[in-house]
Amino acid sequence: MTVVPEKQVVRPYGDTTGDGMVQVSFTLPLPHDKRAEGAAIQLAGKMGIDPAMLVHARPMGDGFTFFVVYGRVNHLVDTAAVRVVERDFPLLSAKEVNAVVKRQLRRKLSVVGACIGTDAHTVGIDAILNVKGVAGEKGLEYYRELRVSNLGAQVGVPDLVAAARAERADAVLVSQVVTQRDAHLHNTRELSAAVREAWPAGKRPLLIVGGPRFDEAMTAELGVDRIFGRGTTPAEVASYLVHALITSRRAATV
Amino acid sequence: MTGKLDLDPVLVARARELAARAGAPVVELARSHTTVSVERAVLRLAGVQGADPDGIPWVNRLVDAVVADVGLGHGVAAPVFDALAREQLADVTLLAQKAAAGSVRFEVPAGRAATASRRASRRAVAAGVRRIDRRRAERERLVRRFGDPRRRPWIYLIVATGDIFEDVPQAQAAARAGADAIAVIRSTGQSLLDYVPEGATREGFAGTYATQENFRLMRAALDESSRELGRYVRLTNYASGLCMPEMAALAGLERLDMMLNDSMYGILFRDINPIRTFVDQRFSRQVHARAGIIINTGEDNYLTTADAVDEAHTVTVSQLLNEYFAHEAGLADWQLGLGHAFEVNPDVPESLRLELAHALLARELFPDAPLKWMPPTKHMTGDVFRGNLLDGFFNLVGALTGQGILLVGMMTEAVVTPWLSDRDIALQNVRYVLGAAGGLHEDFVPASGGFIQQRAHQVLGSAVELLERIGERSLLTAIGEGTFGIMKRPADRGRGLDGVARHEGDYYNPAVEILEGAGS
Repeated sequence: MTVVPEKQVVRPYGDTTGDGMVQVSFTLPLPHDKRAEGAAIQLAGKMGIDPAMLVHARPMGDGFTFFVVYGRVNHLVDTAAVRVVERDFPLLSAKEVNAVVKRQLRRKLSVVGACIGTDAHTVGIDAILNVKGVAGEKGLEYYRELRVSNLGAQVGVPDLVAAARAERADAVLVSQVVTQRDAHLHNTRELSAAVREAWPAGKRPLLIVGGPRFDEAMTAELGVDRIFGRGTTPAEVASYLVHALITSRRAATV
Repeated sequence: MTGKLDLDPVLVARARELAARAGAPVVELARSHTTVSVERAVLRLAGVQGADPDGIPWVNRLVDAVVADVGLGHGVAAPVFDALAREQLADVTLLAQKAAAGSVRFEVPAGRAATASRRASRRAVAAGVRRIDRRRAERERLVRRFGDPRRRPWIYLIVATGDIFEDVPQAQAAARAGADAIAVIRSTGQSLLDYVPEGATREGFAGTYATQENFRLMRAALDESSRELGRYVRLTNYASGLCMPEMAALAGLERLDMMLNDSMYGILFRDINPIRTFVDQRFSRQVHARAGIIINTGEDNYLTTADAVDEAHTVTVSQLLNEYFAHEAGLADWQLGLGHAFEVNPDVPESLRLELAHALLARELFPDAPLKWMPPTKHMTGDVFRGNLLDGFFNLVGALTGQGILLVGMMTEAVVTPWLSDRDIALQNVRYVLGAAGGLHEDFVPASGGFIQQRAHQVLGSAVELLERIGERSLLTAIGEGTFGIMKRPADRGRGLDGVARHEGDYYNPAVEILEGAGS
């Protein structure tokens, strides 16, 4: 059996290997004329698209033009140099999560969740916590061995900290959708500072934030334990909780 | 009713009857309680304006001062106008300033003082209501002069930069591009502010603060656009959250044309206390009725948290309740922009037929209401190409089922706040569908006994069952138990409860007296 080696350097694929074809669209603040089209080609060129085919130009309102450009991009991608956060814990089913909590923690694992700051978009936290869940997968409320308290939208950081204390939270989950003026980053830093103030070192609950615009590699910078991005499922969060709070800790202390 | 769905008229009548049975105790609750925001709205109508140097409106300072001295349950009108006479002031705002400084004591007037203060407050509030009447007459005049959009549905577009001075040119550009109604989305979190910010604002989070001055600036800009375009461009904002009654009053005073106003949205999605919401809602709807404003209800929201197929009947139930509460508050059918949405998971087989069934059911249940048709959001992903197709089907269902107001869906929903190009592409989509299939509703007659009819009957049947179950207990219990949109909201919890008071025997509210006396 021959193993096809994974290609390390790749180019975009249009309809033949290595053709480098990409498609982009953008708007320039110029009225639609020949000059504007030239400007669009110039921009495409600076993005590394050469030759660039301007396939669509459409005036919009006063002094704006929308462009669609196809063309060959001359950049190469080195997959060996790609850095991503890979899932570093096993993905468990609800049943397995319940079993680990029951057998090894021997009490319910307490989770407190909220949208903090002015963010009213509970879509994310609800998808993870509500029984209803997301995409046919049940949320954490459905896990028998988890005790979930979902505080909902626009919860103040002090209120969240108080609730986490009252619930003896093992983990605090926060969802942030609104990113205007980096609100999601400010709110998260505020939370992590408040939590560090409220609990002695090593005793604080696990801090998890999620939202479509977070960079999953920013945990240290934001002072949280884990960041979950777009498309995260309840099972991933539950598996992480079990991993971080139970299985990896036991492994460390044994 | 023998429409396209062959609905059983007895069942439809039964549904309305049950909605009235479920809603009546809530109306009773609303008639026997007041809130700080209702009282502040009364003071706004009586002419209290402006804010203190910290930005806290004088109406808040004045109501707080009255509450501190005599409580909320008598209504603030009589104590305020009694104090005004005793202090020999001509201006209520001045009284508010003195009260905030602590130099005025409030009492509940009795005997002749009570009669005099009631009469004076009624006179002041009547002047405010007359201003609303004049703005309504002005709208009617402008609609006659500039004309209504030439076709239905009205195309409804959202603007939300956070900066009113950015919103204005964007709104004007949107109107030029074909929007018939502009909605200025509020800053995230405004619904939980227990005061209305003052002045023109340039900073907001995912939206622009609703203030009287922002209302005025945007309405003036759209009047300009209406003149330029030869059609009256409508302006929409939100009478929701903790300041629902005040928003309604300000909207009436500044000639806004449509207001988001749902009977249960604040309870379910903002965790606002149920009683607070129902009291505020009734007053705000009375004001909207008087101002000739079209309300837009929020049933679309249920489907963003619950499944659009399993929970389709909760939308119908909420529409029936919204209709009951609206009629009770004096709104006419043409003012009921009852909401619903295209939120069935596109991976569900026959999802388009399900959407058609649901949309047509709303159309036939409320034949005289300008239904508000909301685009997909829950199943929109970063796949903007698929999103644009979904929006096209949404537009098609809107055209086929005669929706009154169509909120334009953006293919970048769930990705970014709409770009200029997103809006342009979305409007092209709408124009194409309405141009190509705008009259198709004439030919679209679902087969008798077919999938669409059956589905509509099934949803109506489930709605009646749910209403029967609600009626056996009460609407407040049903909300407390999480009947709508999954959230459980008990009547003794939630934000704003401390701003609610039961009427004392001598409660007096000149605004309600005027609005109810006027009939509908």
